[in-house]
Amino acid sequence: MQNPQKIVIGKDLFLQPEYDETFKNKKAFEDMPEVQKVKEIAEWTKSKEYCDLNFKREAITINQAKACQPLGAVMVALGFENTMPYVHGSHGCVAYFRTYFTRHFKEPTPCVSDSMTEDAAVFGGINNMKQGLQNCKALYEPEMIAVSTTCMAEVIGDDLNAFVDGAKTEGYLPEDYPVVFAHTPSFVGSHLTGYDNMLSETLKQLCKTISKDKKERLNIVPGFETYLGGIDEERELAEAFGIDAVVIPDHGEQWNTGAGEYKMFAGGTPIEEIKGACNAKAIVTMQPFTTPKTLKICKNKFKQQTFEARPIGLSGSDELVMFLKEFSGKDVPESIKRDRARLVDAMQDSYSYVHDKKFAIYGDPDFALGLAAFVIEMGGEVTHLLCNNAPEGWAEAARAVLDRSPAKDSSRVWAGKDLWHLRSLLFTEPVDYLIGNSYGKELERDTGVPLIRIGFPIFDRHHLHRYSIVGYKGGLNLLNWIVNKILDTIDSQTKEIAKTDFSYDLVR
Amino acid sequence: MGPESLESIQKSALEDILKKYPEKAQKDRAKHLGVGLPADESQKTCGGVQSNKKTVPGVMSQRGCAYAGSKGVVWGPVKDMVHISHGPVGCSQYSRSGRRNYYIGSTGVDTFVTMNFTTDFQERDIVFGGDKKLTKAIEEINELFPLVKGVSVQSECPIGLIGDDIQATAKKTTALINKPVIPVSCEGFRGVSQSLGHHIANDAIRDHVFTSKGSDVGSTPYDVAIIGDYNIGGDAWASRILLEEMGLRVIAQWSGDATLNELRNGPKAKLNLLHCYRSMNYVSRHMEQEFNIPWIEYNFFGPSKTYESLRKIASQFDQGVQDNAEKVIAKYKPVMDAVLDKYKPRLEGKKVMLYVGGLRPRHVIGAYEDLGMEIIGTGYEFAHNDDYSRTTHEIQRSTVIYDDANEYELEAFCKRIKPDIVAAGVKEKYTFQKMGLPFRQMHSWDYSGPYHGFDGFAIFARDMDMAINSPVWGHNKAPWDAA
Repeated sequence: MQNPQKIVIGKDLFLQPEYDETFKNKKAFEDMPEVQKVKEIAEWTKSKEYCDLNFKREAITINQAKACQPLGAVMVALGFENTMPYVHGSHGCVAYFRTYFTRHFKEPTPCVSDSMTEDAAVFGGINNMKQGLQNCKALYEPEMIAVSTTCMAEVIGDDLNAFVDGAKTEGYLPEDYPVVFAHTPSFVGSHLTGYDNMLSETLKQLCKTISKDKKERLNIVPGFETYLGGIDEERELAEAFGIDAVVIPDHGEQWNTGAGEYKMFAGGTPIEEIKGACNAKAIVTMQPFTTPKTLKICKNKFKQQTFEARPIGLSGSDELVMFLKEFSGKDVPESIKRDRARLVDAMQDSYSYVHDKKFAIYGDPDFALGLAAFVIEMGGEVTHLLCNNAPEGWAEAARAVLDRSPAKDSSRVWAGKDLWHLRSLLFTEPVDYLIGNSYGKELERDTGVPLIRIGFPIFDRHHLHRYSIVGYKGGLNLLNWIVNKILDTIDSQTKEIAKTDFSYDLVR
Repeated sequence: MGPESLESIQKSALEDILKKYPEKAQKDRAKHLGVGLPADESQKTCGGVQSNKKTVPGVMSQRGCAYAGSKGVVWGPVKDMVHISHGPVGCSQYSRSGRRNYYIGSTGVDTFVTMNFTTDFQERDIVFGGDKKLTKAIEEINELFPLVKGVSVQSECPIGLIGDDIQATAKKTTALINKPVIPVSCEGFRGVSQSLGHHIANDAIRDHVFTSKGSDVGSTPYDVAIIGDYNIGGDAWASRILLEEMGLRVIAQWSGDATLNELRNGPKAKLNLLHCYRSMNYVSRHMEQEFNIPWIEYNFFGPSKTYESLRKIASQFDQGVQDNAEKVIAKYKPVMDAVLDKYKPRLEGKKVMLYVGGLRPRHVIGAYEDLGMEIIGTGYEFAHNDDYSRTTHEIQRSTVIYDDANEYELEAFCKRIKPDIVAAGVKEKYTFQKMGLPFRQMHSWDYSGPYHGFDGFAIFARDMDMAINSPVWGHNKAPWDAA
């Protein structure tokens, strides 16, 4: 029973004896397996035999670490100024995208759908599209609408080009109103494929005049960047070199607005800037495995210089800075030199807690590679590097990163595997620390391996997304999270008075 | 000119809001918006609104889909089964662990609620069909999770569109693994909201669960089943404890913390106690017709409704149970009074705007009123007319009623009717908080709870006070801004 003076929530409430009683009562009706049997099977799931069986799986994916295409398309749309992401399909999907982003960023996520139902499945969604575009423009007054598709629309074969044209010629939208669109079937690739499809299509559709004379300008593509501080950091790095830089698309402000007033759209790349994006001299992507189509268009169609960076960790940041140096023709500015020196200093202060520690890292392809590179730079060992949505070529790239490590022979690459595979690996070839998103917390509970939360989504810790994980300053954040989790872990393991607390040191 | 009445503000807000829509959408939305009055018998539904109709295209509806209704609400919490999200990867990913359906069990060994299982469709599966992959997936699940009691197949959009026969696959695999495999055709494009998913999920229980027997649990005159409580943050436990205290035997709990056995044993209850009418009235009606089991609705939000419900439930039983109900009420009433003494003075007169799904837009009204708060706007994401009829009995004053409200309307209503607190879902939460408005997320209890029962009400009261009276809302104005 509650004590009105000290009301407790479930966490403490359910520990009270009357709840224990009700749980026991319930058991009589549950027909759950015998305790002994459960223990036995639990132990078996930790075995090598189980691991082998688990890796034989061909059909079922268990605890995947990837999402579907339209999610990435929505992120791209929100990176354009005053642009409404519009998903052609059932509204259920949009409810999910909005919820998923909102839970991660703790910010509103605008996005509409045209609410297709059974009749649209039979007759096609053209009517939904016409009405939907008209309603969306009237209600939310966006300057542009960015349409992507769900698997439903893709399976029935709706043609976006014809639909958008139709909506305009029939007067549902002004002829000159910008609507960009991309097909984003959920059964191909992952949320990253959707990001690339929406971005490459937007550039293709908006960049109408491709000039041979390129402006001294650099386009920066952050990719599916969920650490919003990173977008500013990328821009600032370029600007420190005096480079005229445009981030395309820039969703950094949309999910990082202040209190006091709600405005549906915030920040974003101006539409005029996107129209002229093709005439910038070069484009640099911070997530090459996320943006292959975008790079291809820039290279082949726009005839731009393209550069692939992955500025996570020291060497990744160095490569980006070297590119910026070359591109600008200027010396590396003092501020950047100072930031690099600070990161290296911090790494030298902290390396001893990371050295020789074994890590399992999982996440999106570019993220996983960057994190692995950084851990290795700190002297850590990457025992497992796992990417569920690994594109072609990722495994080789991952191998190349791991081969930089003295522990390369015991470092393994897992392309296309899910988190249930990883669970088996953590039991059979254990590590000291796990790096990944919030879904790793169940792995942490099951295996006892401490989880360092870096990645997407992070649902169960606050504000991490406000920071950066790219560049030298971002490297400092990574180091902070990694090394302090290690220190927390050591403390939690050495708390027992007169037993383990001889290593419960005040000064580290 | 005197101050406008709340009712006239509400009516003009409604007219104002409709103006922004293009003609066709305006006509449609006008049918879903109204001002409800408690004494108005002329209206069939509260505010005269229509419901369970298609959503206007191009708006930010807060609705989900049939898959969300089946997998996310009804089937997902059944803990000792694996629920396969059959189709592309996304639906499974987004629906993972969001609904805080608490359960007791060894996850990944004998229980599976917070895990994700998907056939992760690729292009070739769309082209060639996914029946074979599904069969293989079910075999793999049975091999890797030998303690699993059964499997449900939750269809995503492509399954119905490409014409896969999950019924046949389920039949075949049931024989193959010698455990029930239950096909649920809850493709997201079916129906207009998650509501049809609930119905489809209920029908699957009827067709595939009631056809097999549960364990022998004996029989007493006091056997009841909790229906339509998903144990969000432990709600069903905080409810069950009261039912047991009044001498009833809860033989099944649907579907929060439920086992397949409890689903199977549902029809052995003497009385079904229905909390979420919207999501599980279908199967309750079926049990009434087929097995002669009566059902009654109850409401465990707030002390007034809980006292009323305990007495209503007890009235279906003998004097002993009725006496027990009075004893339970007598035991908890002082605690509830103390909670009210503590919080009512801080909350009295505060105006609440609600927007949720299921039963909450009406069921929680009593809990707010116990605290002296007033509901000035409410509505459902996916209700049917009978939900709005029921709402009429709950409201105490003129209330804006919005069916399938979208982001634009909620924001606009909020600006015009000026509530002191908004209680809705996570998609809405930060929009209102940015406006400086206290907010509580009423799908997941904002990571608090339980809110059901007497123990839950204490938490509810504490949380509402915390939200409304937190100092954080006062920080918006910077010292350098002129007063």
